[in-house]
Amino acid sequence: MNRDSNSYTFLFAGIMVLVVASTLAFTSSSLKEKQQENVRKEQMQNILSTIGISVSRDEAENLYKKFISEEISLKSDGTADPDVNAFKISLKTEIKKPLNEQRFPIYIADVEDSKFYIVPLFGSGLWDIIWGYIAIESDLKTIKGAVFDHKGETAGLGAEITEDWFQNSFKGEKIIDPDGKLMGISVSKTNNDPKGEDKEDYEVDAISGSTITGDGVTDMIFERLNHYMVFFNNLKNEPNKEQISNHIQNHKYDNLANSMYTGLLQFDRGYVPRKFIN
Amino acid sequence: MSKKLKQTPKKSLFFINKNTEPLFSKKNRALLSDPLDDNNPITVQVLGICSALAITVQLKPAIVMTLSVIAVMGASNVIVSVLRNLIPNRIRIIVQLVVVASLVALVDQILKAFAYDVYKQLSIFIGLIITNCIVMGRLEAFALGNGVWKSFLDGVGNAAGYGFILILVAFFRELLGSGKLYGYQVIPEAIYELGYENNGLMLLSPMALITVGIFIWIQRARNRKLIEKN
Repeated sequence: MNRDSNSYTFLFAGIMVLVVASTLAFTSSSLKEKQQENVRKEQMQNILSTIGISVSRDEAENLYKKFISEEISLKSDGTADPDVNAFKISLKTEIKKPLNEQRFPIYIADVEDSKFYIVPLFGSGLWDIIWGYIAIESDLKTIKGAVFDHKGETAGLGAEITEDWFQNSFKGEKIIDPDGKLMGISVSKTNNDPKGEDKEDYEVDAISGSTITGDGVTDMIFERLNHYMVFFNNLKNEPNKEQISNHIQNHKYDNLANSMYTGLLQFDRGYVPRKFIN
Repeated sequence: MSKKLKQTPKKSLFFINKNTEPLFSKKNRALLSDPLDDNNPITVQVLGICSALAITVQLKPAIVMTLSVIAVMGASNVIVSVLRNLIPNRIRIIVQLVVVASLVALVDQILKAFAYDVYKQLSIFIGLIITNCIVMGRLEAFALGNGVWKSFLDGVGNAAGYGFILILVAFFRELLGSGKLYGYQVIPEAIYELGYENNGLMLLSPMALITVGIFIWIQRARNRKLIEKN
């Protein structure tokens, strides 16, 4: 066959496309399960690392079940939606929905009597998406830990957000000012506190050469946490069950006692309510 | 076809006639060693500069990139060389592109399933292999006109020559730019206390170009063959 003829060219291109497409499709579908398993375990690993538990990917599942007591998907008004599995929410698609249809996943961890609230983060860096998790202590304003990851930031610059030294600088920082306003954490270039000793400045030291990735982290933390403020405020204002039952127990007879007491007091003063005279 | 077979009856696995040339003849060895110096893809052929600038900030990605480029170049050179008498001339560039791209996609998928940590470290760089001019350059310049075994050697040799420069540049950039090697601190704290500072400029792309330039200078000073005559 003439190798320069049009029909040969088309034939060759057609066969090539078929062979390549079927090879790739076969590889992709046969490896898919294993790949998803890796991604799922990594998600658990990341969630655990925000509360200071570092495990290998294979052990992540067991420890995740042990420490994460609740997975809640919140509606935008801060109430839980029991129909949605929080772990399966992909923020990448979720973020494009209208606000009232979005669900905001939150994980609650119980580690040795302390509670942590872990919020997944999602935003954009310089080249592509960045994401992570941030754990907040039970005072609802101090950061317990944070992890970040990225798809395509520059190695040595923006990609440094995955390094421990950067993530560790978030530990102990406050996200909410004393008036209860959300401040978030700014990745700051003009921070006169490169060692991160001041934990009340709502800032961490930035990475040289990665301004836009750093700003992405700042925006991501503020934007995401902002959606959880309703939930956190509800938690803060809502006394826990024990307090309520104690209160009820202690004040059970208060109303009756009060009215009897005022009644007796008045009777004693010689005052007889009108209805008794008539 | 049958006439040809009669003339060369003994064919080895790699379609090489053993009677005429051993596997590692002097010529074949040159295919491997030339790209390391006399015909280095980066410093002499000036191929693959773009990725050399992008991923030489640290030693680790440079090494991993070197290994993946060796794998992809070896395999793609073999495939194109096997197909070289079948590929229609007019769409040969597209065919080469498809071969490289599907190999890269395969590597990406397999790493994601079986070596997830490596995959995570590489993610972006795997994609970058497709854009590496060396791969296409060697397919076009060598694999299309040469036998399978020779093409394989040429692919591996050129990838190694490329990787050699990559690792060398990354070594200096990481050492001078962040005081580390392979992620470990190597410049002791005491020297920083004496007033030494990391050179932040080394982390930016222009310094990669300048470093490569210095290597070309050193190489030509040493190897007179490379100096243009005019």
